[in-house]
Amino acid sequence: MSTDTSHAVDAIDHHDDHDHKPKGITRWLYTTNHKDIGTLYLLFSLLMLFVGGILAMGIRAELFQPGLQYMDPHFFNQLTTVHGLVMVFGAVMPAFVGLANWMIPLMIGAPDMALPRMNNWSFWILPFSFFILLSTFFMEGGAPAAGWTFYAPLSTTYSTDSTAFFVFSVHLLGISSIMGAMNVIVTIFNLRAPGMTWMKLPLFVWTWLITAFLLIAVMPVLAGVVTMVLTDKYFGTSFFDAAGGGDPVLFQHIFWFFGHPEVYIMILPAFGIVSAIIPTFARKPLFGYESMVIATASIAFLSFIVWAHHMFTTGMPVAAELFFMYTTMLIAVPTGVKVFNWVATMWRGSMTFEVPMMFALAFIVLFTIGGLSGLMLAIIPADFQYHDTYFVVAHFHYVLVTGAVFGIISGVYYWIPKWTGVMYSERIGQFHFWCSLISVNMLFFPMHFVGLAGMPRRIPDYALQFADMNAFISIGGLLFGLSQLIFVWMVVRCMRGKGVKASAQVWEGAQGLEWEIPSPAPYHTFQTPPLVK
Amino acid sequence: MVSHKVIMRNLVLICLGMFAFGFALVPLYDVFCEITGINGKTATTAAVASKRVDESRTVTVEFLANRDPAMPWDFAPEMQQIKLHPGQVTVMNFYVENHTNEAMIGRAVPSVSPGEAARYFKKIECFCFVEQPLDAHERKAMPVQFYVDPELPSRFTTITLSYRLYKNTPQTASR
Repeated sequence: MSTDTSHAVDAIDHHDDHDHKPKGITRWLYTTNHKDIGTLYLLFSLLMLFVGGILAMGIRAELFQPGLQYMDPHFFNQLTTVHGLVMVFGAVMPAFVGLANWMIPLMIGAPDMALPRMNNWSFWILPFSFFILLSTFFMEGGAPAAGWTFYAPLSTTYSTDSTAFFVFSVHLLGISSIMGAMNVIVTIFNLRAPGMTWMKLPLFVWTWLITAFLLIAVMPVLAGVVTMVLTDKYFGTSFFDAAGGGDPVLFQHIFWFFGHPEVYIMILPAFGIVSAIIPTFARKPLFGYESMVIATASIAFLSFIVWAHHMFTTGMPVAAELFFMYTTMLIAVPTGVKVFNWVATMWRGSMTFEVPMMFALAFIVLFTIGGLSGLMLAIIPADFQYHDTYFVVAHFHYVLVTGAVFGIISGVYYWIPKWTGVMYSERIGQFHFWCSLISVNMLFFPMHFVGLAGMPRRIPDYALQFADMNAFISIGGLLFGLSQLIFVWMVVRCMRGKGVKASAQVWEGAQGLEWEIPSPAPYHTFQTPPLVK
Repeated sequence: MVSHKVIMRNLVLICLGMFAFGFALVPLYDVFCEITGINGKTATTAAVASKRVDESRTVTVEFLANRDPAMPWDFAPEMQQIKLHPGQVTVMNFYVENHTNEAMIGRAVPSVSPGEAARYFKKIECFCFVEQPLDAHERKAMPVQFYVDPELPSRFTTITLSYRLYKNTPQTASR
């Protein structure tokens, strides 16, 4: 944390002082400013984190003891379904879009996103979409209950009429993410500052560019599959209905053709964030920059040819199972390259352990645990035992919570001094980190054990021998939820300007254009492009 | 530099293309399954009788009959299983009974397990080729005439033929 301001560049717009922003609510409704929209996205995803978290607390309350305590199984299914949808589409994805909005123009020296009005639109669709989705809880028959994967025929023959609302809200979410992704692509293609060549792009920009292409490729497929669910349910088609010549397994193929790239959409930007943070706090340039770019692109490519590893138990021929097993295991190679590079970056660096670094380090360790359980799940005969157990739940929560969410949190700690102009409180941040680290492992680690012992997922009751573990997991869940209130406290303090004023560079080892503008970042930046040498 | 407009046009085209691809997966999946014979679907048209019978081995054919929850008819095969030589033409009856007070139409959809054996299961005549109308309280024997292709790889010793009977309302007309 230096106070060195010598890096401030000439290119900063000198109109900063009379930086007029519109006042009141219309500033936020009509805004086309990438920083405002980034803030909206981030705050919205924080809100959704708590909405999804409350649903998760419902799940954990029911699972605290064996037997049915508080809800009937149908409502339990609604909770697991909407928890998944809210966390994936409401918390993780908008948080990454928010970070992209804030940071990509600053990192490449652009004055704003390329298509600012579309940017406004893509954000403001989101609240309406989630209003529609969450309103289904108050409808007759309740919210969708087919799981976030909404397998046919659960989502067609056996679903309630809220399916129509669910489909419509997913359409809106898809449109929002596609527009966000298009904006990122056009911005990175066209608005790079002079001298910002492809291989000088910060890795966060690279990972987001690749993520944006994944979004463009698979969100339309999701839109297609929900449309098929809609027409199967209401308009008499039989895409997934064997009686009319369809096939329910086809649903799984189309869904996972979207679904597997989707999980990389939720992790690649986190790789980018960690690749920005590790070099800063190790005070060394990132080891193996080119190999990081290639590894990211390889993971993105492989994500399209592994989807059926979610479907090993559907009775595929052995040749297909083997193909999907080997391609899945192949993903460990580029991922291993990344982990190696992060570790090599830290090797003999002069490391300090501020909160962003702590979360980034936890990310590396815990994401790797999630990756290893993923490899276990890739082994076909083992998967026949693990399929649909809590082991799977443990696996994807390690990659999504201690992976994606920890990545996002570390990014917020890293950049919040730039956004608000004040340093977060290191004491509050460290407290948040340790509370989160301990509680998240209390929450998800024992799920491996109960899963291996055979506890199925998506069931509100369980055999008595799992009782102690589940009580422990539920306590961990509550503590993890409460720990995030510390995070909110930190964010609110910074937004209200409480804390030590941050310098332009903020972190001693930080490199890149975003650290050359003052903190807080002026409303308009890089109106004259900086020259990158 | 390519203009914003051109990039956006290309991106929108990719999106539309991928949306169409999602739907194209439906016929592609059918074609893929037909070529590889992996999802247990059998031919929907009649086969001609086999010219030769392989008496050197026997294959067990098991019969399953189940019905859609919305379908009130009784539905059961004459026998649980039979042993036969590949190439030997056999007739098996499935019995249906309409307990309701109204005339109805049913449709049976076949499936063969293991899926890779489906292409060797040849039906010369099958009640599943056509719709089955039944008057109120009518009982009927529905025959399937079939043989197992002598080309069947020797690793398959048991084949299961399963039918699921559906009420054929206008909404579920066959595609």
